[in-house]
Amino acid sequence: MTELYELSISEAGELLRQKKISAVELTKAHLERIRAVEPQVRAFTLVTDELALQQAEEADRRFASGEQVFPLTGIPLAIKDVICTKDITTTCGSRMLEHFKPPYDATVMKRLNAQGIVMVGKTNMDEFAMGSSTEHSAFFPTHNPWDLERAPGGSSGGSAAAVAAGMAMGAYGSDTGGSIRQPASLCNVVGLKPTYGRVSRFGLVAFGSSLDQIGPFARSARDAALLLQAIAGHDSWDGTSSPNPVPDYDTALSGAIKGLKIGVPDEYWVEGTQPGVVKAVREGIERLRELGAEVSPVSLPYTKYGVSAYYIIAPAEASANLARYDGVKYGYSYRDTGEMWEAMEKTRQYGFGPEVKRRIMLGTYALSAGYYDAYYKQAEKVRTLITRDFEQAFERFDALVSPASPTVAFRIGEISDPYQMYLQDVFTIPANLAGICGVSIPGGFSEGLPVGLQLLGPAFGEDTILQVADAFERVTDFHTRWPEF
Amino acid sequence: MIDREMVQHVAKLARLGLSEEDIETFGSQLSVILENIRVLQEADVSGVSPTAHASRLTNIMRADVPRPSFPPEVLLANAPEQEDNCLKVNAVLEGE
Repeated sequence: MTELYELSISEAGELLRQKKISAVELTKAHLERIRAVEPQVRAFTLVTDELALQQAEEADRRFASGEQVFPLTGIPLAIKDVICTKDITTTCGSRMLEHFKPPYDATVMKRLNAQGIVMVGKTNMDEFAMGSSTEHSAFFPTHNPWDLERAPGGSSGGSAAAVAAGMAMGAYGSDTGGSIRQPASLCNVVGLKPTYGRVSRFGLVAFGSSLDQIGPFARSARDAALLLQAIAGHDSWDGTSSPNPVPDYDTALSGAIKGLKIGVPDEYWVEGTQPGVVKAVREGIERLRELGAEVSPVSLPYTKYGVSAYYIIAPAEASANLARYDGVKYGYSYRDTGEMWEAMEKTRQYGFGPEVKRRIMLGTYALSAGYYDAYYKQAEKVRTLITRDFEQAFERFDALVSPASPTVAFRIGEISDPYQMYLQDVFTIPANLAGICGVSIPGGFSEGLPVGLQLLGPAFGEDTILQVADAFERVTDFHTRWPEF
Repeated sequence: MIDREMVQHVAKLARLGLSEEDIETFGSQLSVILENIRVLQEADVSGVSPTAHASRLTNIMRADVPRPSFPPEVLLANAPEQEDNCLKVNAVLEGE
């Protein structure tokens, strides 16, 4: 018989509504799974088992009393530790916030709690979401469930690993340059970055405010649709959140993509992409063609500037956002001096890890007098050109398809050069710069390790990319495979 | 090339204390990163306006209605040091 932790969210929701299982049973199955595999995977900075059982009891009470229930009522989920949870430690993977308990919930958490979710824990991440491996967590690295010697990707590596290993039915992460899609790719799960403005950023600890978006991890496109539905929509607490109406994502999953126009960007087959990744993605593209999609090449000529523009813009925004960590209001504070500037400098020296410091330095440099025009202004203009590339492509295509990451999961400690690590996000960064949506889905395997297929859609085209993802799942079985422990 | 003086200058702007080792490593690492992203200068951006954000929105207003704020105790609960509902910091001006 199928273990309860192997169910999809939609299956579990059905069983809960029919009272064939209880939320407490479902939650206990996940807490049991956490006890069994978490010591090896280390996906969580905090397991909230007591809270989870309370929330599960509350969900069962809702089901019993006939109160309104939702698709996520009683569903055990994991939350990246960059999303503020009221009175529950939110560390951002940093010593700086090791003991920080937010005074309020992020809007996303408010919406999830209103549905009556069960939160099983907060997930590990690269410090302040800066990294592509979860090795830059100040606490410990997370291990890839498909090969414990390897990294799960990042920065949302804990969320991806938790879902891949069955420790949560779904999870939320954040994606500034690929931090949802790249770990999803490396862990064989679905990871969706919504259009900029689709999901409120209120209560998401800021990294690059013009790029950050919260999005879901799941084991199927349908579950990702349910998880996105729960958090999408306008929020008056986030001035950049969009007033556009939210479509019903679940009904978009028709299974039919005949006649849909899918572009394959020429520039997304760069040197350094592993042959096994290219092979799996090429085969995936053939499946889309067999499903009746009209697949043809497209050129996005400014793609080659994506990584460079991003590594000016994101660190510039980060250097401004992280100025708030001064040891005065909250967080780690160096107190062994009576001198104000020394206290501030030492707070930041001891509170931040090396990757965060590197990005603060890079961003501060790019914004400093004499370099602003050459770097920051130039990057913002290139950002316009990258956005135009996509706008022109989406005049002719409904979606684009590419690899999500140039490699399969790499070994922990294998990539020591910072710039080599930045190249992990070469295929995911352009979508953040343009503010469009993208999803990585299980697209195959190379030498036993997962390969992600990335689908990019126009602004507010989440329904289309989920439709393609779902159609792909109906003719493949990659997403149904489980790692062995 | 990011030399030692530049690293110290930027660290000072960012109010970021660095160890002797940090100064060495960051100097060479930032030089490599900047060398790699120099390709950006090749892009012809004449007549192109900059994009600061991708929200496709401008000037979002909300109703100017007063609403309750957090009580000071709640917002100060994470403060490293406090006194009389205020944040306590080192003296800013000398000799007071």
